Amino acid sequence: MSEQACDVVVIGAGPAGMRAAVTAANEGLSVTLIDEQTEAGGQIYRAVARVARTRPADLTLLGPEYAAGGDIVLELDAADITVLHGHTVWQISQDGTVWCSDGTKAKSITARFVIMASGAQERPVPVPGWTLPGVMTAGAAQILLKSAAMVPDGPVALYGSGPLLLLVADQLLSAGADIRVVAETTTFKDYLNAAPHLLGALPASKYLKKGIALRRHLKAAGVPIIKAPNGVSIEGTERATGLRIIGKHGQTFEAETILLQQGVVPNTQASWQLRLDHAWHAAQHYWYPTTDRFGATSLANVFIAGDGAGIFGAEAAAAAGALAGLGVAHAAGNISAAARDQKALPFIALHKKAAAIRPLLDHLFPPPAHILVPDDATIICRCEEITAGQVRDAAKLGAPGPNQLKAFLRAGMGPCQGRMCGLSVVEIMARAHGKSPAEIGAYRIRPPLKPLSLAELAAMDDDTPTP
Amino acid sequence: MMHRRNTAGERVTINIDGKNVEAVVGESVAAAVLAAGAGATRTTPVSGAPRAPYCMMGVCFECLMDIDGIPNRQACMVSVTPGMKIKRQAGARTVGGAS
Ligand SMILES: Cc1cc2nc3c(=O)[nH]c(=O)nc-3n(C[C@H](O)[C@@H](O)[C@H](O)COP(=O)(O)OP(=O)(O)OC[C@H]3O[C@@H](n4cnc5c(N)ncnc54)[C@H](O)[C@@H]3O)c2cc1C
Ligand code: FES
Repeated sequence: MSEQACDVVVIGAGPAGMRAAVTAANEGLSVTLIDEQTEAGGQIYRAVARVARTRPADLTLLGPEYAAGGDIVLELDAADITVLHGHTVWQISQDGTVWCSDGTKAKSITARFVIMASGAQERPVPVPGWTLPGVMTAGAAQILLKSAAMVPDGPVALYGSGPLLLLVADQLLSAGADIRVVAETTTFKDYLNAAPHLLGALPASKYLKKGIALRRHLKAAGVPIIKAPNGVSIEGTERATGLRIIGKHGQTFEAETILLQQGVVPNTQASWQLRLDHAWHAAQHYWYPTTDRFGATSLANVFIAGDGAGIFGAEAAAAAGALAGLGVAHAAGNISAAARDQKALPFIALHKKAAAIRPLLDHLFPPPAHILVPDDATIICRCEEITAGQVRDAAKLGAPGPNQLKAFLRAGMGPCQGRMCGLSVVEIMARAHGKSPAEIGAYRIRPPLKPLSLAELAAMDDDTPTP
Repeated sequence: MMHRRNTAGERVTINIDGKNVEAVVGESVAAAVLAAGAGATRTTPVSGAPRAPYCMMGVCFECLMDIDGIPNRQACMVSVTPGMKIKRQAGARTVGGAS
């Protein structure tokens, strides 16, 4: 296949990317939508069309917020858009060329505009024992439930904080999992810090009600929800056998599956690779690329929509997708600024309403200190098995930031390319040097964004430009 | 480690480390491996520690497996296909060949 061209490449088929693609196509632009998953939906609506088709009863189990995704997928199916599922984007160049591969063959697409809608990942949760088989993220368990109707065998324990923690606990409970405990890190101080944001959250009070209902449901089913402000450690040698709560009255809960959740953070590999401007989110401790209300970034031809530009949740992501589609339609000359602004009004209102809950959530569920700066012995780089203590030592020996750290340690140089240790390294080094994360900076990300095999590159056509 | 609460959908037979097992179309290889009770998907190159899928969404690279003769594929991002041959990996450090 030769090099392809289109007006807009959209990366990511979650709510933001699907809505962005449909909006841009409706404004007369030729659109290619690329996603590495084999089905549309992104994280929240993963596999929703297949679930509706093959096991519709599970829509009830997974809840109305999940089932709602079916409508956006239908919109996408109806639109005139080239969709490449199962294709991972591994490089984006500043001129708008996007390289992707389906695992066997690489190709490139040149676009006048790129809309990145690559969403979020769960914050890695470095606790002692987190590399043992049997330990995964809460989102991973949810992915297994959505995409494969799978439920953990044996006793399950969950640890962390935030809306996704309770949601997954509740979904698994309804699916028949044996949940022994939900251990939360939220403290009284977090409630105090969040209180000033309560009033502002009222427009989005349905999320608050949902949280309360989840908690009530879990408790009514006899699931203990306990406090673990000092953290946990995971017991086991070859695989996880239990969750130990650290503290004076620390108990150990037997568990074969341990699910970790400390919020989600923007997936910034591609935005760093493009050297876009980023800022540091002080309450939630993550980087995000800075955008305007239409998703425009520091590069004129690159827009970002959805949780990849900061965590505002799925409804806000869909609205941001529509706004980015309109922003690109205007930048491409298809609609006037006045038409764009007029069409944007309902989406700006939707975004504002959905986002109203965020300051409250951001302050109520901050990642706790023992996760941000773990004990010396805790592994933070899973690929190269590097501990927090080793990073501290390297900082003491003079490594000023994440990139110089690579002269001392292989942190960030394994297959995940720093996706797992990046935020921990920033936080530990900032603390060690008495600086802010913004001063310390982030890993420099170079292509390929995901490792490619030589065979994939070799299968690329001769007329495709080399990256 | 995991069980299917519902096996609706088309079945396929795949082979994990020489053993034939049933899987359901739409499942990822990593999911099928977990349901087969195969435990770890790989061992680490540094200490040989066993590892299993952690994120199921392509972020952590703990699920690297040999799939149909191609090593270091993210098993959580590849869907099962009939006759697929999957092998656990021991301690591969480098991934891919390009940099
Ligand atoms: C595991 C997980 C589970 C979640 N579950 C829920 C939930 O149940 N309820 C809820 O309200 N929120 C949930 N969230 C929060 C989530 O971020 C939602 O707010 C929502 O999915 C965000 O929509 P989005 O369109 O911005 O991104 P996403 O829905 O994350 O979509 C991004 C898409 O981009 C694709 N992508 C990323 N990188 C590449 C690449 N390099 N090449 C090709 N494609 C790429 C991904 O495959 C994905 O499909 C979850 C988040 C995670 C990480
Ligand atoms: S399980 Fe994390 S990349 Fe596959």
